[in-house]
Amino acid sequence: MSASIMTWPVLSVVTFLPLVGAALVYLSRGDDDAARGNARWIALWTTLITFAVSLILVARFDAADPGFQFVEKAPWLGATITYHMGVDGISLPFVILTTALMPFCILASWKSVTMRVREYMMAFLVLETLMIGTFSALDLVLFYLFFEGGLIPMFLIIGVWGGPRRVYASFKFFLYTLLGSVLMLLAIMALYWTAGTTDIPTLMHTAVPRNLQTWAWLAFFASFAVKMPMWPVHTWLPDAHVEAPTAGSVVLAAIMLKMGGYGFLRFSLPMFPDASVYFTPLIYSLSVIAIVYTSLVALMQEDIKKLIAYSSVAHMGFVTMGIFAGNTQGVAGSVFQMISHGIVSGALFLCVGVIYDRLHTREIAAYGGLVNRMPIYAFVFLVFTMANVGLPGTSGFVGEFLTLLGTFRVNIPTATFATLGVILSAAYALWLYRKVVFGALTKPSLATIKDLTWREGIILAPLVVLTILFGFYPKPVLDMSAASVQQLVNQYAAAVTAVKAAALP
Amino acid sequence: MIQAIVFLPLIGALIAALIALAGAHARNPSGDTVEHGDHGHGHGAHGHDAHGHDAHAHAGHDDGHDDHGHGPVEPAAFGSRTTEVITTALLLISCALSWVTLVDVGFMHHDARVALFPWINSGDLQVAWALRVDTLTAVMLVVVTTVSCLVHLYSIGYMHEDPHRPRFFGYLSLFTFAMLMLVTADNLVQLFFGWEGVGLASYLLIGFWYQKPSANAAAIKAFVVNRVGDFGFSLGIFAVFMLVGSTDFDTIFAAAPGLTGKTINFFGWQADALTLCCLLLFMGAMGKSAQFLLHTWLPDAMEGPTPVSALIHAATMVTAGVFMVARLSPLFELAPTAQAFVMLIGGTTALFAATIGLVQNDIKRIVAYSTCSQLGYMFVAMGAGAYSVGMFHLFTHAFFKALLFLGAGSVIHAMHHEQDIRHMGGLKDKIPFTYIVMVIGTLALTGFPLTAGYFSKDAIIEAAYVSHNPMAFYGFLMTVVAALLTSFYSWRLIFKTFHGEPHDQKHYEAAHESPLTMTIPLFVLAVGALAAGYPFKELFAGHGIEEFFRASLKMHPGIIEEMHHIPAGIAYLPTVMMVLGFLVSWMFYIRRPYLPVELATQHPLLYNFLLNKWYFDELYDVIFVRPAKWIGRQLWKKGDGMLIDGLGPDGVSARVLDVTRGVVKLQTGYLYHYAFAMLIGVAGLITWFMLGGGGR
Repeated sequence: MSASIMTWPVLSVVTFLPLVGAALVYLSRGDDDAARGNARWIALWTTLITFAVSLILVARFDAADPGFQFVEKAPWLGATITYHMGVDGISLPFVILTTALMPFCILASWKSVTMRVREYMMAFLVLETLMIGTFSALDLVLFYLFFEGGLIPMFLIIGVWGGPRRVYASFKFFLYTLLGSVLMLLAIMALYWTAGTTDIPTLMHTAVPRNLQTWAWLAFFASFAVKMPMWPVHTWLPDAHVEAPTAGSVVLAAIMLKMGGYGFLRFSLPMFPDASVYFTPLIYSLSVIAIVYTSLVALMQEDIKKLIAYSSVAHMGFVTMGIFAGNTQGVAGSVFQMISHGIVSGALFLCVGVIYDRLHTREIAAYGGLVNRMPIYAFVFLVFTMANVGLPGTSGFVGEFLTLLGTFRVNIPTATFATLGVILSAAYALWLYRKVVFGALTKPSLATIKDLTWREGIILAPLVVLTILFGFYPKPVLDMSAASVQQLVNQYAAAVTAVKAAALP
Repeated sequence: MIQAIVFLPLIGALIAALIALAGAHARNPSGDTVEHGDHGHGHGAHGHDAHGHDAHAHAGHDDGHDDHGHGPVEPAAFGSRTTEVITTALLLISCALSWVTLVDVGFMHHDARVALFPWINSGDLQVAWALRVDTLTAVMLVVVTTVSCLVHLYSIGYMHEDPHRPRFFGYLSLFTFAMLMLVTADNLVQLFFGWEGVGLASYLLIGFWYQKPSANAAAIKAFVVNRVGDFGFSLGIFAVFMLVGSTDFDTIFAAAPGLTGKTINFFGWQADALTLCCLLLFMGAMGKSAQFLLHTWLPDAMEGPTPVSALIHAATMVTAGVFMVARLSPLFELAPTAQAFVMLIGGTTALFAATIGLVQNDIKRIVAYSTCSQLGYMFVAMGAGAYSVGMFHLFTHAFFKALLFLGAGSVIHAMHHEQDIRHMGGLKDKIPFTYIVMVIGTLALTGFPLTAGYFSKDAIIEAAYVSHNPMAFYGFLMTVVAALLTSFYSWRLIFKTFHGEPHDQKHYEAAHESPLTMTIPLFVLAVGALAAGYPFKELFAGHGIEEFFRASLKMHPGIIEEMHHIPAGIAYLPTVMMVLGFLVSWMFYIRRPYLPVELATQHPLLYNFLLNKWYFDELYDVIFVRPAKWIGRQLWKKGDGMLIDGLGPDGVSARVLDVTRGVVKLQTGYLYHYAFAMLIGVAGLITWFMLGGGGR
């Protein structure tokens, strides 16, 4: 770590810039058209600048160093709880994913949100700070604050700007996550009482007693499994997606789901290796069930957003499976799969948003034959559909392939059942594409539908490029995370071997 | 040079894509034009790419969107001719270079390996984009680019009424690129890339006329059934990587002999490692090459335009499975059990598909089942360890089968998109050129002496006869009987289409010979169908094999030698079968045309069984499609809805809502309460924790 080049706290700036933007939006009083326009522009510029600053992190990041970089540490609450921030190869991709996607979210809400625009933009900016904070916090309490705090703006975004059943959806979302967070908080306290610190890097190198590992693992699991979401605690996701406004769905699918996977990588594997090994069969089972079960359910959906939501659950199944495979390909594949899914699922929800803005329905049956009048849209949607299917040459393939390969090395039946998802994903994704895009355009409501606007094109074009670029050349992401992943895998393997050795007489 | 061969089609595809998108943008109003109500005029300002402003000059007269895909109502897309010329010209260059490469590699022994750039690197997994050129690849390069080039040219004539030609030619070139990536792959993952890439192109081309529901259904079916095969392919890659620690062909082949005797525990089955790998990989080949059990997509794929059927579903993509087994011959040679399975499937498919071909009435479907059957032949050769012989048939088959498809396309073109041979008849006087080339194709397919098919097909039957594979006799028997059936259904097609009385006077009168762009490819392919056998005989099935293929194939030792010493009776058997099939067909359809009808009425069960393709579609519908949908619905409604939600959140939230409903009205303000409560809760917990922690 070269402290010399770091003259200013880049990471904190990236984290809290959106909050500054939110304050600016708050200060721009008024509720006329001009004020709304101001709020939009402030939000857009804030997210763009944040993204630009976050690129400094990429430029200065030393991919060969597996440890935490851009570390900032300051005393905060009491003697033990510190303001400790930093990123390594596992968390930096998520930070960049967050900062990169937020401008698209703001742009996607440009026209479709007309009510309480200022509050909406503020919610998104606050949310961005909390999400970046989650990925860069290196103190358990700080992490917990960011992690749980992120729920509140999301809860509001669904509850205030959502669809007709928004109250039900946000309530469900709240109930599920509440359960997880309470348990996680208890585990954090228990960890503190045992280890005497809430410092994450320290805890990663602390041997937690076997008994506590089990309970703490389960408590963290409760929180992360809900976030992922894993089967059977996934049912909040389809409802939340259906009711959320487009940008809300994008953030939810692209970034918030990844907090669960990130949590497994940051806490479960390094801090509770014995428990992780012990519970691996459970994770495998839940992952495989998630992949097969939700793919089958996706096959029967009548609502576009629900279908994509279920497919998200299936894709996250590959992630959990890969993480607990515990080898290089599995873990690296999970990180890549999460980044790729962030791009692809975010883009798919944006695609749904495009037609929802025109017709105000998400029902599959209401569409058909869009290619006749929206050929550019059809092309863009096809790219993301194929990425969702995991076609080689799109980013979706790399993550799926690596996680399956990694898992196959340690557990053949799990990998075999999970590979069934490859068949099922093709079935539901192509079926959706056919129903919405292909066919003759006969419905009168579609007769005057228009192709992508400039704004929509600008939102979707970079995502198309990234999806294909990372499909052919995933090296930037894989290399960024490689060293940290390797260190994680090595430490995990060492801990596991130590346990096995101890178990022998 | 190899880069040029592979990437010129890609460049063509990209140019075509840009033109197609620009044209599509110009003829469809974008959302930005909403204020003007100015449909159809893509003003320069709205162009999403550089071609935008060229496009609008041609737009503005396209408001009539008709309901069928290829009607003449819609005017041709902007840049149609440009796209045709560019893509075809690039393919022509690619094709010429491929032939040069074949000479260079096959005879000069200039094998090459071109590394492009890294792809997936993670830990010990190192996968790179690379182009591998050896004789096996060179043969495939020639097949792919030659047929593709001719099909491009043919399509200019065949598709001239279609309004979406830039898109069509873009797809064709995209397919060619993916196929070239497949055959030049230097590792299993890149092979898989090409594999799925051609699958995508096939999906897009089958569904090219996207307004036809049947075409859409066929496209999805093709993709999903192929994915079933790819399921096995993926697992095969994983298994190989687990054993060898690499996906590069050379590393795998070097390590393969050391793997004999190793086992993998696969679901409790202590499988021989190499056998398992080969079987899993072969599952991919079964899907792509439409072998028995995974064949159902191929006949439906005939929904696509006929040039597509010729290129993808006859000459190139469907032979990818054969190529894969040949490429992996060093593995298959070490796994005799897998070889036996390959021969079993190949033999079964050869006969099975031929029986269905006997009674079909759609001209394209007959040829499709014939393709399926001939692919079975190739796999019989692969199973026998006579890989070069299988490749020989792949090579000759590409010519005569593409010829038959394009000839069928010429017939369909002449008959204004009529495909049912029962409505044809007597066409030989109306379209004599097409008639002659179709007869040439049929002669080659049935193995008439000295045509291309004669050399390759007879060699396969001989290889099966002398093979020591446990399934060898089965393979031999199946291919001999299939030869009889092949001859019968091929001549049936010719007789019903070109001879006898016309059955549809209106179409008959209007029938016309095809334009030059279509007849030139037919002529070239006809020459190939006649002459592609003899000059290559020694290289593929004679003493030149080792010199020609060298390390690119690992032949079963001694099989070629044994083939040269088979009894004369066996050697003449296929020809006898061919003549027999011709005679029966002639009897049935020229001499006594009432016979087949009588036969069909006398044996309705058998007839319907064959006509309905052994009821495979119905069977799969009952055992796979419906249960999957049923289970999906049950899991959704019962699993997610009643069980998880009912016990979990709904139960709880219903109680909470019951209480709150009376107190607070459900409005947005209500949500702030919860958010606020949550915030307070978090803050409270943290405070408590800090105090508790501080007081420790």
